[in-house]
Amino acid sequence: MENHNHINTTVNHLFREESGKMVAVLIKIFGAENIELAEDVVQDALVKALETWKYRGMPDNPRAWLYRTAKNKAIDIIRRNKHSTLIDFSDPKKQLLTSNYTLNATMNNYWQENHIKDDFLAMMYACCHPNISQENQITFILKSLCGFSTKEVAKSFLTSEDTISKRLYRTKEYFRKHKIKPTIPGPDAIATKTSTVLSAIYLLFNEGYNSTHADQLIRKDLIEQAMLLCKSLLSSERTQLPEVYALMALLCFHAARIQSRTTPDGELILLHKQDRKIWDKALIAKGEEYLNKAAFGNMISTFHLEAAIAYEHCNAKKYQDTNWVSILSYYDLLLKIGYDPIVFLNRCLVILELDGPVKALEALERVKENKVLQQYYVYHATLGEIQQRLGDHAKAITYYQTAIKLTQSKQEQKFLKDKIAKLLN
Amino acid sequence: MKQFMFLFKGGDEVWDNKSPEEQDIHMQHWQEWIGKIAEQEKYIGGERLHPHGNTIHPGGVKVTDRPLTEAKEIVGGYIIVKANTLEEATEMAKGCPGLQWESSLEVREVWPMED
Repeated sequence: MENHNHINTTVNHLFREESGKMVAVLIKIFGAENIELAEDVVQDALVKALETWKYRGMPDNPRAWLYRTAKNKAIDIIRRNKHSTLIDFSDPKKQLLTSNYTLNATMNNYWQENHIKDDFLAMMYACCHPNISQENQITFILKSLCGFSTKEVAKSFLTSEDTISKRLYRTKEYFRKHKIKPTIPGPDAIATKTSTVLSAIYLLFNEGYNSTHADQLIRKDLIEQAMLLCKSLLSSERTQLPEVYALMALLCFHAARIQSRTTPDGELILLHKQDRKIWDKALIAKGEEYLNKAAFGNMISTFHLEAAIAYEHCNAKKYQDTNWVSILSYYDLLLKIGYDPIVFLNRCLVILELDGPVKALEALERVKENKVLQQYYVYHATLGEIQQRLGDHAKAITYYQTAIKLTQSKQEQKFLKDKIAKLLN
Repeated sequence: MKQFMFLFKGGDEVWDNKSPEEQDIHMQHWQEWIGKIAEQEKYIGGERLHPHGNTIHPGGVKVTDRPLTEAKEIVGGYIIVKANTLEEATEMAKGCPGLQWESSLEVREVWPMED
């Protein structure tokens, strides 16, 4: 039994790491109109691995075994469909799949390490096509590139499997209709296209990082997958861009502090109350390394500035040591790159720390008509905090109550209710 | 452009005496050779043939359970390519890796439809 558990764990791990790569290679072979076929082959290979390894034990190189099995299944499918219209063999490279003179050798070429890596990256770019909604992008990434089941994806987004299936269907239809051929963009387009990919990765990360999730395992999984995706961009010279390093740094700084953000029961702990001793120092050091590498070129992205802010927090030994002046300057730069009401709100929180509640309230006056902020619980919670510090408890409570209505997260609601309770006592 | 069939003959004995690794490398060479033809959009298709088979004699009654040729003449497979002239096709054919493994190769123009 123990042996079986060991096999299950290894297979799960392998599957998370490798299934996306195998799917990417198979999509290249079968064409983007056959995504389901590619996914089925990978699924079959996995089932076969589980069955075989249970009886015969683990092979020396499980990864190679899995790849070989998928490759052989692909060869079978090609042989069976040589004369059908399922697969389009008109491309000169794919033409070689139609004859036994060249089938095996061509197939082996598709599965060379450097090709696998490129195909995986190419799929990431294809998934993040600007015409595919961001919601659909990350749904597809989780399912096809991260080896999540539809059920797991649904859990990740706190939605139904039905909704997820619909999103996946729409994305696959897009691929089919537009005959998408996944490729890594050329030097002219790489920077812009990479930005889209990075946004999707960051969204995925935040899905796990945000406290909306009660399920700790799902959160951990999402965070790990987002970091893996970002790392895979850094593994290829073509995509080692400053912005990618900056996001990687940011993810490290955030991930380093996960343990301290909630109590074992899942209650929120604010930054000034977090136990800084349990921050992951190795991960912070890694983040610094990435941030240094992000410093080449002359482009400063929002990820650079967000990483710089996160770094300042990680670098402060005590809350009181936080370098709010630097942080404020980063927020100013962020707003220069592009106005964003949420960034503006966060900047007001820094002003609250630096100059106190009167100045913070003055700053917030300027955005009181903003529709996005009106619906954002943090805006009302901030106003509540400011009023509390100014001594107007009645006003503070009203703001906290509005905030409670605007968040879905149980932890956040509890956090705000506790604040009200304290004011009433 | 005209079409030409390359008929690969013989060489089975050499193939059978090679290790699987050597055979793999050899097929990699085939892949490269045909790949180059395909890149120029001159490859139409082709296939390997099993060495065994039946021969049916004239009249259609008598059947012999093997090809009626010497080992080195047995057709092992074919591919069809596009070329402007027999000479061009012949130059193309000279790159066939089987020639290094004691196969011979026959270049034949496919009878064109329009004539």
